Amino acid sequence: MKKQKNSSFIFWLFLAPVLFTFIMVIIIPFFMGIFYSFTNWSSSARANFTLQWIGFTNFRTSLGDPTFLYSFLITTLYTVLNVVVINATALILALVVTSKLKLRNIYRVGFFIPNLIGGLVLGYIWQFIFNNALPAIGNAIPLLSGLANPENLILSKVGSSVAALVIVGTWQYAGYIMMIYIAAIEGVPESLFEAATIDGANEFQKFLKITVPMVAQAFTITMFLTLVQSFKQFDVNVSLTAGGPSAMFRNTPLFGTELLSLNIYNTAFIKNMLAEGQARAVIFFAVLVVVSVVQVTINKKKEVEM
Amino acid sequence: MIEIKKNRSILEIITFMVFILFLLPFFILVINSAKDSFSVTQYPMSLPENWGMVFVNIKSIWTNPNISYPSSFMTSIVVTVGSLVIINIFSSQAAWVLVRNNSKISKFIFLIFVAAMVIPFQIVMFPLLSWYRKIYEITGIKLLRTHWGLIFSYLGFGLSLSIFMFHGFIKSIPYELEEAATIDGCRKDQIFYQIISPLLSPIHATVLILNGIWIWNDYLLPLLILGKGNRVQTIPLAVANFAGAYVKQWDLILTAILMAIIPIIIFFLAAQKYIIKGMVAGSIKS
Repeated sequence: MKKQKNSSFIFWLFLAPVLFTFIMVIIIPFFMGIFYSFTNWSSSARANFTLQWIGFTNFRTSLGDPTFLYSFLITTLYTVLNVVVINATALILALVVTSKLKLRNIYRVGFFIPNLIGGLVLGYIWQFIFNNALPAIGNAIPLLSGLANPENLILSKVGSSVAALVIVGTWQYAGYIMMIYIAAIEGVPESLFEAATIDGANEFQKFLKITVPMVAQAFTITMFLTLVQSFKQFDVNVSLTAGGPSAMFRNTPLFGTELLSLNIYNTAFIKNMLAEGQARAVIFFAVLVVVSVVQVTINKKKEVEM
Repeated sequence: MIEIKKNRSILEIITFMVFILFLLPFFILVINSAKDSFSVTQYPMSLPENWGMVFVNIKSIWTNPNISYPSSFMTSIVVTVGSLVIINIFSSQAAWVLVRNNSKISKFIFLIFVAAMVIPFQIVMFPLLSWYRKIYEITGIKLLRTHWGLIFSYLGFGLSLSIFMFHGFIKSIPYELEEAATIDGCRKDQIFYQIISPLLSPIHATVLILNGIWIWNDYLLPLLILGKGNRVQTIPLAVANFAGAYVKQWDLILTAILMAIIPIIIFFLAAQKYIIKGMVAGSIKS
């Protein structure tokens, strides 16, 4: 009996610090956030300001705001491109460095290094590359002189700016995803390949019939990671494009590469509409949950079929 | 046979070229950290005339009051190390009692932690600020604009994944070990500190690395908690402030970036094996 009491005391004692922090940092702000999104919450502590329940008004104005809709579209585009390009690059890199190349261990480390560095810092390096280094290459090499033309600056157009975000995203993340693929590929038993070779399968058939099904489980993870990472992208967005260049959407001038996180941030802090920014964050959360549940379910199903 | 060999060497060459291309941004960063403001914009792709410039630039960043590199570096160290230590201690303790207790409440608590991993930072960030402000008004405890507030927040945001990872690892430790210790008269807390804790070092390393890279590089949370232009700032914040204040002064911005990157690269090269293993293990578990 005494032992029971002691055990339950330790149980709560060991849980107390994390439960306390968790409630203070996640649970309370989470429910506050959902509550605030239905009010006229405002950042400034103005005198005689009273918090009022205004129902779905913030959600309605958000969904009616061209900048938010545009941001949703551009984030979707960016996410799809990013997921495809990162995973394709990572898989190719993983296949290459698991073959018997001479410098394969150095390659692994090299491809992985950008992942250690924060998106914010990376964004500035690439801003310099796109704005200064590429035009300089254009000046030096006649064949690429188009690059030197100020009109062709990559970050001066919306389409190529999105491409730039994808390039930087891939550069940062492909090495990490590659490592996950490597772990999966190296987990495939060698005997399977030997058997296939004896049966006369060529390299491509082996890849399609052995490697792909065997790494299917890794696909679920890598797709999930890249999807969530791309959808939440903020740091690179801030430092590489800062939302620019401008664009027109439904007759409204707006930031051409303002991804959702940046849109939420700007709505709250630049436009000073805290409650509406919060409502957008709630929508963002709901979409993220739905999309990632759907993705994991589909991938799991595919895993079984393979 | 000759065909395969030829293909192999073509692959070898292509991979090498891709590798060089991949690391080219770092090369561009380094050569331009050794130029003055004129040649950095005029000749960004040529080698620097005088490599000694890099020390001049480093010195001017080191002493620049806008970036205050030494104090930003110290803040980053204090926040990262502080957060990592408390995350690891508290999460491993919590995970252990959650694994070894089979009650409904224990399962429920674990489920909540796991479910919380899908909550994106964006939905809690604004209310978190106003909540911290309220805490200050009521108790006088200052969480905004301080190291402590930032460390406390990192514990909150980092513990779900950390508990989850410790949980998975502890489950694989045979319970007989603890039973034997109990029979020998070991108290519950002694069992954890003397028997379980020493077995956890591989998973401690993984959790340290995963959280360490995240916290060291994180921008948005410090931006919100510490604020812009605060005396207390982390390196990513300092770099962002600096780049905002010195628009187009690429010689200094790039040097600041170089100085922000060097500590991570050194750390990585020293602990390379553990880092790669740890990050892959982390992703597969989650």
